[in-house]
Amino acid sequence: MSRNGKVKVAILGSGNIGTDLMYKILKNPGPMELVLVAGIDPQSEGLARARALGLRTSVDGIQAVLEDPDIRIVFDATSAKSHVRHAKVLREAGKVAVDLTPAAVGPYVVPPVNLGEHLDVPNVNLITCGGQATIPLVHAVNRVSPVRYAEIVSTVASRSAGPGTRQNIDEFTSTTARGLEVIGGAALGKAIIILNPAEPPIIMRNTIYCIPEDDDVDPDRIRESVERMVAEVQRYVPGYRLKNGPHFDRRDTPWGERTVVAMLLEIEGAGDYLPTYAGNLDIMTAAARRVGELIAQHMLTGAVA
Amino acid sequence: MRPPRITDTTLRDGSHAFRHQFTREQVRAVVAALDDAGVPVIEVTHGDGLAGSSIQYGFSRVPDLDLVEEAAATARRARIAILLIPGIGTRKELREAVRRGATVARIATQCTEADISEQHFGLAKELGMEAVGLLMMAHMIPPERLAEQAQLMESYGADCVYVTDSAGAMLPWQAAAAVRALKQALRIQVGFHAHNNLGVAIGNCLAALEAGADQLDGSLRGCGAGAGNAATEVLAAVLDKAGLNPGLDVFKLMDAAEFILAPMMPFQPMPDRDAVTIGYAGTYSTFLLHARRIGERLGLDPREILVELGRRKAVAGQEDWILDVALDLVRQKQAAVAS
Repeated sequence: MSRNGKVKVAILGSGNIGTDLMYKILKNPGPMELVLVAGIDPQSEGLARARALGLRTSVDGIQAVLEDPDIRIVFDATSAKSHVRHAKVLREAGKVAVDLTPAAVGPYVVPPVNLGEHLDVPNVNLITCGGQATIPLVHAVNRVSPVRYAEIVSTVASRSAGPGTRQNIDEFTSTTARGLEVIGGAALGKAIIILNPAEPPIIMRNTIYCIPEDDDVDPDRIRESVERMVAEVQRYVPGYRLKNGPHFDRRDTPWGERTVVAMLLEIEGAGDYLPTYAGNLDIMTAAARRVGELIAQHMLTGAVA
Repeated sequence: MRPPRITDTTLRDGSHAFRHQFTREQVRAVVAALDDAGVPVIEVTHGDGLAGSSIQYGFSRVPDLDLVEEAAATARRARIAILLIPGIGTRKELREAVRRGATVARIATQCTEADISEQHFGLAKELGMEAVGLLMMAHMIPPERLAEQAQLMESYGADCVYVTDSAGAMLPWQAAAAVRALKQALRIQVGFHAHNNLGVAIGNCLAALEAGADQLDGSLRGCGAGAGNAATEVLAAVLDKAGLNPGLDVFKLMDAAEFILAPMMPFQPMPDRDAVTIGYAGTYSTFLLHARRIGERLGLDPREILVELGRRKAVAGQEDWILDVALDLVRQKQAAVAS
């Protein structure tokens, strides 16, 4: 802990995600103090921006993070492959890793759903952008009536899908589907991703379909639970909007004719660094900041007690 | 001009018209008839490819991998192809399809997004499959950009890339220009997949052929999404008349269409008002039945929904936008009445 009563944090990775996260933490640091942005590319625009803002930077990557014993929380915005290596050394150094890559070394977290259970673990993973967007609403239905089946469709602007996503699209669908089950609570999850090339770019869209176990579930109770959850997510993602639904339909399914709840979401980014249409990237950095904030708070109150 | 290779997609594109309700018996009967008529490649999969069975696209009655297995066991000469759309299906299902007897992988992306298919082409080649790329909604970009995307698929290992007119929005000279651009840019084969929304499916196939296409798709009775595809039996007759019959038995295909498929079909896809609207507005052909169902439920003319989807530039697979657009239209109408 630093003398100002804040928890020192660092960002590892100075690409688009790391840079957007830097702006988010500086804008609203809460109990955190951002003391280092570490990359590996001396030409990186993100590092130049960090320097211009008066932040300490390094091109020594993880090494720079390890050299500062005061850093307690590290946001890893590098790649899944690098994170596997980083996770080990960060744990040994006693630092908490908030993993924005698909490495999934630590448990999946979605802040308003299950972060409370993982405030003391050394490593938490943020699943995928589609997972951060849709799992809260699956959970919102699941807490009213257990969800037999949840299916989500994430549509992102082509421009917002980088090479990492494009070369690993299968991992997006399988990891998101697993998140719908493990964190959302669905007995069975399925995820679909679509890239839309329209210009000007479209704002990130997500459609969530749930089949509740209780076929006669009270629509008003679902609506109330969903509205409450949307408000929860809006606390850290202001551009998170339910555009249509919950819409109730009857459909033929492998479980017979069933009630299907459809929810149509739009996520507009805050535009901290990335363009506002890239809600898919914004929700990742916003969730990471929120996770860091809550873990830091927990560290501070833990220290007091 | 050389005789093209024909792939019949009755049991894949036709799955849309059947609302993905094909049975094992139906698959056996259609495969046996196509095989007997000399069709070399038969595509069998959920309309939206492997793992397409979903709320978004409609659930399959019989898991499509079971149907692939049935088809592979039935065919004596024909090879069985599957469709895989990255973002929906994954390499996991592709491996399983090979285990069930598929030997041709058809890998489809929106025409601007070929670079999401690298891992799938890689696996298809590793598994010893023939790999065919499909650039969907090909009318949305100019021929030279389409050719660049096709080159990506070629670099991943594709043996052929198709100009895929998913919206049935192309006119014959546009089909020809797209095929010509790909022929010039690629060393591998080029194919053309037609939809009949504007009534020019066969004409587009002929234009593509004249521009150098090596492969064409058809389906019996044109059974496919929207107004359906180029009818395989018509294509066979036309090619025969042009002296370009690649070895198809024209009469047997006519019989297969008339006596095997037609009696099973829930309806005959044709360029009716909604399908023409799809071709005209340039939206995805599979939106047809979904827009009709939602239009009926919410009291909207499906054409209003389809035109708005075209305006929003909805791409392949965005069936969820149909409900979104419909709910927006209902709200607009209620607001208009209220004021």
